Amino acid sequence: MKTNGPKPTSPAARLPKCLTGIQGLDEITGGGLPRGRPTLVCGGAGCGKTLLAVEFLVRGAVQFDEPGVFIAFEETEAELKANVASLGFDLAGLVRRKKIVLDYVHIERSEVQESGEYDLEGLFVRLNHAIDSIGARRVVLDTLEALFSSLPNEAILRAELRRLFRWLKDKGVTAVITAERGREHLTRHGLEEYVSDCVIVLDHRVVDQIATRNLRVMKYRGALHGTNEFPFLIGDEGISVLPITSLGLNHKASNERIATGIPRLDSMLGGRGFFRGSSILLTGTPGTGKTIVAANFAHAACRRGERALFFSFVESPAQIIRNMHSIGLRLEPLVKRGLLRFHSARPSLYGLEMHLATMFKEIVAFQPQVVIMDPITSLMDAGTTSESKGMVTRLIDYLKAGQVTSLFTSLTQGGPSLQQTESAMSSLMDAWLSLQDFEGNGERNRVLYVLKARGMAHSNQIREFLISDRGIDLVDAYIGASGVLTGSARAAQGALEKAVVLADQQEAAQLKREVERKRKALDRQIGDLRSDYETEALELRRIAEQVGTRTFVLGTERAESGRLRQADAKVAARTRGKPSPEKIN
Amino acid sequence: MKTKTVKRRAATSPRQPAKIRQQCLYVTEPEIPPNTGNVGPAKIWQLRLYVAGQTPKSLEAFANLKKLCESQLKGRYRITVIDLVKQPQLAKGHQILALPTVVRKLPKPVRTIIGSLSDTERVLVGLDLRAAD
Repeated sequence: MKTNGPKPTSPAARLPKCLTGIQGLDEITGGGLPRGRPTLVCGGAGCGKTLLAVEFLVRGAVQFDEPGVFIAFEETEAELKANVASLGFDLAGLVRRKKIVLDYVHIERSEVQESGEYDLEGLFVRLNHAIDSIGARRVVLDTLEALFSSLPNEAILRAELRRLFRWLKDKGVTAVITAERGREHLTRHGLEEYVSDCVIVLDHRVVDQIATRNLRVMKYRGALHGTNEFPFLIGDEGISVLPITSLGLNHKASNERIATGIPRLDSMLGGRGFFRGSSILLTGTPGTGKTIVAANFAHAACRRGERALFFSFVESPAQIIRNMHSIGLRLEPLVKRGLLRFHSARPSLYGLEMHLATMFKEIVAFQPQVVIMDPITSLMDAGTTSESKGMVTRLIDYLKAGQVTSLFTSLTQGGPSLQQTESAMSSLMDAWLSLQDFEGNGERNRVLYVLKARGMAHSNQIREFLISDRGIDLVDAYIGASGVLTGSARAAQGALEKAVVLADQQEAAQLKREVERKRKALDRQIGDLRSDYETEALELRRIAEQVGTRTFVLGTERAESGRLRQADAKVAARTRGKPSPEKIN
Repeated sequence: MKTKTVKRRAATSPRQPAKIRQQCLYVTEPEIPPNTGNVGPAKIWQLRLYVAGQTPKSLEAFANLKKLCESQLKGRYRITVIDLVKQPQLAKGHQILALPTVVRKLPKPVRTIIGSLSDTERVLVGLDLRAAD
């Protein structure tokens, strides 16, 4: 006999637990079901009780090397194998490899006559034999309550069930007992009376035409556990429980920054783009270019060699590729290279939980560094507000834990309610870009604001958002005395400014020419004056020469006449110099 | 194919009691009265009593069954007692759940009675002996 309860070697240690391997259930229960004790799983028809039990056994056998025994009271072995084969559980193979024993216990009330005292030792013998034949550590009894309809004597049955649970504990096997949900009690026949260590309640209900399966750990003796209802779903890989609240806020924060694919947007975000692993909300009214920004972001990620996963809830992959091609963004080569993957699904295709599980599966399979949801609002229509918020929380938590940068676009109706309706979701987001329409002058222009960006300096300025066949461009909107101008008004204002400058330039040139002309006139005048002066100076010299010549001639003539007259010739000779006698010679 | 199975059954039938004898605690041998020409070996009742060890309940059941057979089917019955403690694998094959269990293998159809067989009336109804009487 194995010991049950906590190991004596470590009294401080918590209750020994048995991992189920079922996604999410081990988180809620803090490590699985109580080891060596029976657990009751109850719920209405079609809740997934049997499936949970089968998965518990299969995962035990495959992942934890704990063989198991499945005692079926409702389905035959062949039925069971066929039913779970669709979920990828190879029950037949596990039975062949002696990892699992299936035993269909059937008793037809009409074929059985009762006479005198009896007990269920036959069941014990079968169970014991099955357990010992493969060394089983796990046991499932599905659905034990079928015995109540097979055996008429309830008093004996109850006594025997009590003995059975005691026996299972003594045997040291971790057991899962499924039971139908009763009207007043947890189970139709009050099995919870006997199995009191752990009770899990499954529930399947429809709210607003959307069916959701819920799981709740109602009781877990000796251990802490999440008491909330957790949505779960049955996918093609079995059950996955999606805990909303069990996730702690303890993900890593990266300092690495990644570019958005729009250089001007990067510069608005402190010049380097978003933090890796952050969650980004992109809100906008219809036609403001949300998908384009998202596609740019994905494109930039792929250009860096990262993988990007694009969830679209409104457009098909081919449509996105075509539309992005029109603005010069070629996504097809990236898809071919396996860097970009699209996943398109109508929001109404299935419930929110199923969407979430599908997305988780895609993310796990593709291992992207960037995830885009376009738009998250369509998806949120698939569930109630609180459900969808819970879903987004889980999604963001999941992505952050894996350091995946996520961009969610959100379609808003505009108007003053914008901030309020989005505020619920925005608190989950690290960065929030708002794309808006500016209406005026008979045109609509797109503008972009960075509403918030945690942990980085960012621009508070409005930017006009231009979409051309060469891609996106952000330009400064004109902010002047007449307010913010965008589009053609901005262009007109620009032209106006240009005209003023041109006029100024022209005036200056005119003035320059005038001055030049004046200078030239001055030069000309100076030239005239100079030539006048030169002329006069020349004249003067000529006159002076004439005067000299005349004086000499006169002197000579006078000396001649003096010689002739012999009058005071010496005097005249002295005054006129020596040449005069020579000239005489 | 059909002849083959018939052949095999014919071949194994003499050995079958011996095989069961190995598995069971006790087998009563029918004593066929010589003067009853209309009751052949085919009319022999084959009863199986499943027990788990020699518990008071199983001993009581065997005693009750034997007494009843003696009074109703004298010389025309064979009781095979199968102890599931020794042969646990038979419980699965024979769909045994409650103990003690009596199974009427022959004559057909198979009938099952559970309990210590203390209520003789119900055993008679269960074994279809009331109608036969």
